[in-house]
Amino acid sequence: MSEFLDDRQAKLNSFRKNILKKDTTTTPINIPEGIFVQCEACLKVIYQRTLDDNDGVCPHCGYHTKINALKRLSMMLDKESFEELDPLLISVNPLKMPDYDAKREKAIQESGLNEAFVGGIGSIDGIKTAIGVLDASFMMGSMGSVVGEKVTRLIEKASIMHLPLVIFSASGGARMQEGILSLMQMIKTSAALAKFHEQGGFYLSVLTNPTTGGVAASFASLGDINIAERSSLIGFAGPRVIKQTIKQDLPEGFQTAEFQLSHGQVDMILERKKMRQTIARLLRWHASRETDI
Amino acid sequence: MNMNEDAVWEKVKLARHPKRPTAKSIIKSLFPDFMELHGDRLYGDDSAFITGIATFQNGPITIIAQEKGTTTEEKIKHNFGMGHPEGYRKALRIMKQAEKFNRPIFCIVDTPGAYPGIGAEERGQAQAIAFNLREIIRLRTPIIIVVLSEGGSGGALAIGVGDSVAMFENSIYSILSPEGFASILYKDATKAKEAAAIMKITPEDLKELSVIDTIIPEDEGLHINPKAGFEALKNYLINEINRLKIIDVNELVDLRFEKFRKMGQFEQL
Ligand SMILES: [Zn+2]
Repeated sequence: MSEFLDDRQAKLNSFRKNILKKDTTTTPINIPEGIFVQCEACLKVIYQRTLDDNDGVCPHCGYHTKINALKRLSMMLDKESFEELDPLLISVNPLKMPDYDAKREKAIQESGLNEAFVGGIGSIDGIKTAIGVLDASFMMGSMGSVVGEKVTRLIEKASIMHLPLVIFSASGGARMQEGILSLMQMIKTSAALAKFHEQGGFYLSVLTNPTTGGVAASFASLGDINIAERSSLIGFAGPRVIKQTIKQDLPEGFQTAEFQLSHGQVDMILERKKMRQTIARLLRWHASRETDI
Repeated sequence: MNMNEDAVWEKVKLARHPKRPTAKSIIKSLFPDFMELHGDRLYGDDSAFITGIATFQNGPITIIAQEKGTTTEEKIKHNFGMGHPEGYRKALRIMKQAEKFNRPIFCIVDTPGAYPGIGAEERGQAQAIAFNLREIIRLRTPIIIVVLSEGGSGGALAIGVGDSVAMFENSIYSILSPEGFASILYKDATKAKEAAAIMKITPEDLKELSVIDTIIPEDEGLHINPKAGFEALKNYLINEINRLKIIDVNELVDLRFEKFRKMGQFEQL
């Protein structure tokens, strides 16, 4: 994976120089905040290194902490098999929202990504796959024009290359700062999936923490198989909005992965550790003639 | 087009005017023999949606409408036009029926958004909306949309995919209400007026963004006298049906895909 990361870093450095007019070559990706972190669920203190070695899963209670897109890709893909698509597609500010440019710039610096979605072609246990990951740390993984376009292009690439498609979602929904254009990305991505579906393509959607709003109400819910990752919040409306609307407390376990499973919205819940092997099995079952196994 | 803050807010107020007619009025005026069809065949009948068949220009047409209700009692009955999953599923069922029998579909969008509630989540609100988006885009029959007063978020989008999309002159179409937008981005819901001005929610702005195709004039305003606006809507509908029905259905669907494929603004380095 290191070659991929180096390449990524080089691309990002040139990207940053061009766009941000700043040299940030000395900034490494993902500086840990501290040596110790506290688990959100059980509140126990964990050595950051222990958490990293355990794929971001709390060793005490099994809570799955959020992981970024690059870490997800490196956990899923065969070594050095990833080729990124559209790494240099960047957002504009169609509503001329004050602060939006600054917020995005900050997200770019902190995440090392050009936007909240990374897509490309890679291999999972030897099976060539179109894979995309939303990054919740980049403006809450929200979908604006660029995320919508990148998701759409990834789906189209999977169609053209007759590859299976795997998308990991983690998003608060449509990106408010781009207004109605963000909303339209829900149609655009779902339309691309309509074509992919008609063509017989296999789409596996993995809903991770959190998957809500316009992303939940578009491509994330449209998998041939929908998988929820353990510890994920999944739903359309956010719990705070629902609580305000109905003026009553929400039932325990509302909008958890378990809730979605028991209400028939996902096929299964998976622990992060089992993700790669389970997805590889599903990909193998759905491999088309064209796919090189 | 750049309208000033006051002009945009005036539109928001007109869109929400208590005397503004709802979908029922359009149905009564344009489709006197409308027959309502109920239920999603899965769970229930969502009264935020009125769906059915009517005669229009000597042929049958399918109507899908979001109804907000006018009196307090009606508003509650129709849940203020806020749909549950069974509403979106009912709409899709009736639209697929129209496709089967080659009827054009006319959708009246009028909703603050999909209902944020426990039952809605339990029955898969996100899946219901997503599935509509994926299915409606490829329906093999003409689909014509009008936003009557308010097109709010995913709840509007779920019946907002079509070949021709229009808005009434004093309506708004947005990702979120100006109040919601202000409270999220400015952390202050009282800045709704300021938010409305920047959000691009007016028919003029949305036409410029190619999100909609046509603006239906209202003359003095639907809240004062709906006749002129309804007449303009009728003419628009006749024109669009005549225009769309002669397009080969494969091309019609291709054009619909292209229309939405182009949406968005970004930069490629
Ligand atoms: Zn823990």
